Amino acid sequence: MENYEANGLNLKATELRLGLPGTGNEQQQQDQYSSSSSSHQQNVKNNYNNNNKRSSSEIASSCDDEQQQQHDDGAPLAKAQVVGWPPVRSYRKNVLEKKNPESSMFLKVSMDGAPYLRKIDLKFYNNYFDLLKGLENMFKCTIGVYSEREGYNGSEHVPTYEDKDGDWMLVGDVPWDMFVTSCKRLRIMKASEAKGLVSPL
Amino acid sequence: MDPDTKKCKESKPHSSNSNGSKCSHLKFPDEALEKVLSFIDSHKDRNTVSLVCKEWYNAERWTRSNLFIGNCYSVSPEIVSRRFPRIKSVRIKGKPRFSDFNMLPRDWGANVHAWLVMFAEVYPFLEELRLKRMTVNDESLELLAKSFTGFKALSLLSCDGFTDDGLKFVATHCRNLTELDIQDSVAVDVGGDWLTCFPENFSSLEILNFASLNSEVNFESLEKLVNRCKNTLRVLKVNESITLDQLQRLLVHAPNLVELGTGSFMQELTPRQYEDVGSAFSNCGKLRVLSGLWDATDLHFSVLYGACARLTFLNFSEAVLQSGELAKLLAHCPNLRRLWVIDTVQDKGLEAVGSSCPLLEELRVFPLDPYDLDHQHGVTEQGLLAVSLGCPKLHYLLYFCRRMTNAAVIAAVKNCPNFTHFRLCIMNPGQPDHLTKSPMDAAFAAVVKTCPKLRRLSVSGLLTDKTFESIGEYAKNLETLSVAFAGSSDKAMVCVLRGCPKLRKLEIRDCPFGNAALLSGVEKYEMMRSLWMSACDVTMKGCRMLAREMPRLNVEVIEDEGSDDGAKAGKVYVYRTVAGPRRDAPPFVLTL
Repeated sequence: MENYEANGLNLKATELRLGLPGTGNEQQQQDQYSSSSSSHQQNVKNNYNNNNKRSSSEIASSCDDEQQQQHDDGAPLAKAQVVGWPPVRSYRKNVLEKKNPESSMFLKVSMDGAPYLRKIDLKFYNNYFDLLKGLENMFKCTIGVYSEREGYNGSEHVPTYEDKDGDWMLVGDVPWDMFVTSCKRLRIMKASEAKGLVSPL
Repeated sequence: MDPDTKKCKESKPHSSNSNGSKCSHLKFPDEALEKVLSFIDSHKDRNTVSLVCKEWYNAERWTRSNLFIGNCYSVSPEIVSRRFPRIKSVRIKGKPRFSDFNMLPRDWGANVHAWLVMFAEVYPFLEELRLKRMTVNDESLELLAKSFTGFKALSLLSCDGFTDDGLKFVATHCRNLTELDIQDSVAVDVGGDWLTCFPENFSSLEILNFASLNSEVNFESLEKLVNRCKNTLRVLKVNESITLDQLQRLLVHAPNLVELGTGSFMQELTPRQYEDVGSAFSNCGKLRVLSGLWDATDLHFSVLYGACARLTFLNFSEAVLQSGELAKLLAHCPNLRRLWVIDTVQDKGLEAVGSSCPLLEELRVFPLDPYDLDHQHGVTEQGLLAVSLGCPKLHYLLYFCRRMTNAAVIAAVKNCPNFTHFRLCIMNPGQPDHLTKSPMDAAFAAVVKTCPKLRRLSVSGLLTDKTFESIGEYAKNLETLSVAFAGSSDKAMVCVLRGCPKLRKLEIRDCPFGNAALLSGVEKYEMMRSLWMSACDVTMKGCRMLAREMPRLNVEVIEDEGSDDGAKAGKVYVYRTVAGPRRDAPPFVLTL
């Protein structure tokens, strides 16, 4: 569970975790249970799209500290989802999505050179710092620090997003709240290709 | 086959039967025996009757008109058609229940087509077809619509595989249709056009349920249809696309409705419109069952008040209600027997249930967000306790919660000892008693000890083998058991298999049960409908041993992780059958 799979499928994140991190049963029970449909792309995708709010490494690092059952910013620790559990029919799952359109905001994230797209829930992050850290963890890359003047100058990768108008923008230019409402999808570009987006002031 | 064709007389009782059995005292004429048997409806009774002797077997098979097949792979169309010549109504169940939760790969099977081909040939007078968890393609619906001139009732519960076109065939060709029910079926490309295909003079519909369809329907056609069928229509369940004012127009045409599934309540209405909807509801004097209610809030409840006092079943599982809203409405519903709600009503809402609905027999509480791990939301042990205190007649419970205590369950079953169905789902796997942090063994021990009529049990939470020892010892009427993330060793499963004489369906996932447990049931499985085990410790070797021992069981491994003996068998489905191994098994299903 500590190992994030390089091919992007992140199957480990769909494995069961029992009890809250740090409870004694966890390790023993985990060994016995495996994601029962790891070989099925469709099911993994279902898991993933539904609720995988954390990359496995974030869960893993939180596991280390028994007391710290919450993420630093106070959001509750999300467990990895298990296929078919809880035993609720698919059409019922949609009740939430319909009733609370504000509750989640899944976006596709692509990274140049990575074979698979990923999805993140933008509502899960409260600010750019958390988002960028999340992206860095997810894609095992360094994005570095944003500066208004220089953009991400000096970083290997540059986070960009497509806004409502279809334009590709640099992540960080606009206030967070505005970003959240206008962002349609994310793309992590190689710095060499992102030159045109750095806004010369 | 013409139902009037005189059957051959080989079954006439002679002085001694070929096998020498003594049936001399049972020498009534065939016709008399058949007349008597024609009053027996229950398939279980009929199965028993057929075992008495050859004469009774034959008399029974000639008089059976309702066919029930609990597992479509336990028997074949050929065998069925040979045995039963005069079938008018058929009920078939297909996939194992866990397919509802995406645990079965697509295209696993349970396609009805081969059955329909046989029915078309052997039972041209077929009137009713009721399928559960089967795949039904458009070509099958076409065959159905065109093969049975007297066809009356089609019910597709949790089925999939059909589109608009399939339904169009049914609407167009089934002139005598009384029932069309596609409840909970997943139909991807189904729109509302099929509603326009009912002929102009068609007026016999009694039951129409398309509540689970995702798309818009043609309202004018629907309105005309309801109007034409106003004398016969008893059950109408529309989908979310129907608005409140449209609903009002439908209700005006259908005052005899007994069951109504509304559309969406999310609509701004004028006071006049509210009044109209309200009086439409009041005028439905026979209305007993209400469902749908998408987006209903207490702003709209006043329209329901005219009907509430007569309601016996209220299905709020699509309405996100707060506790106060539920309480407000329930105050008007003293005669409720069955209530389905979403857990946003919280414990306070359940307290209102306890205080307003003394006649309640069934409660189902569904989770709004099954994957949300925030412990603030939903219902807890307090809600369960409150309902049990106010509703002593409660016998059916489905309860999704994030915390529970042994004490609450023990008290609840003490208050309600008549449970027949107890399905408790503590949503975090392996979660202990919220207060004491001990396993939930005591809770389920109390359930089986206190409720002798228990037929169905779903367990959850942190459970050791003790739970299963109790189940084996006390649950003598248990027929269906669902187990997930529980138990400590093989002993648990062994206790259940050895101890529950009426066990028919056992479904297990993510438990530490291995080959020894699997094989302990070797003599049991033929008396059961099926066993499901997934993500347990069973290996291919164990499955092969079972298959070898019991040739009349199909031991199917789905998605095995390798075929050598030591490989884990990821998903195992075992069921008794007289039809031999599946002939339509897809490549990922391995029959051992």
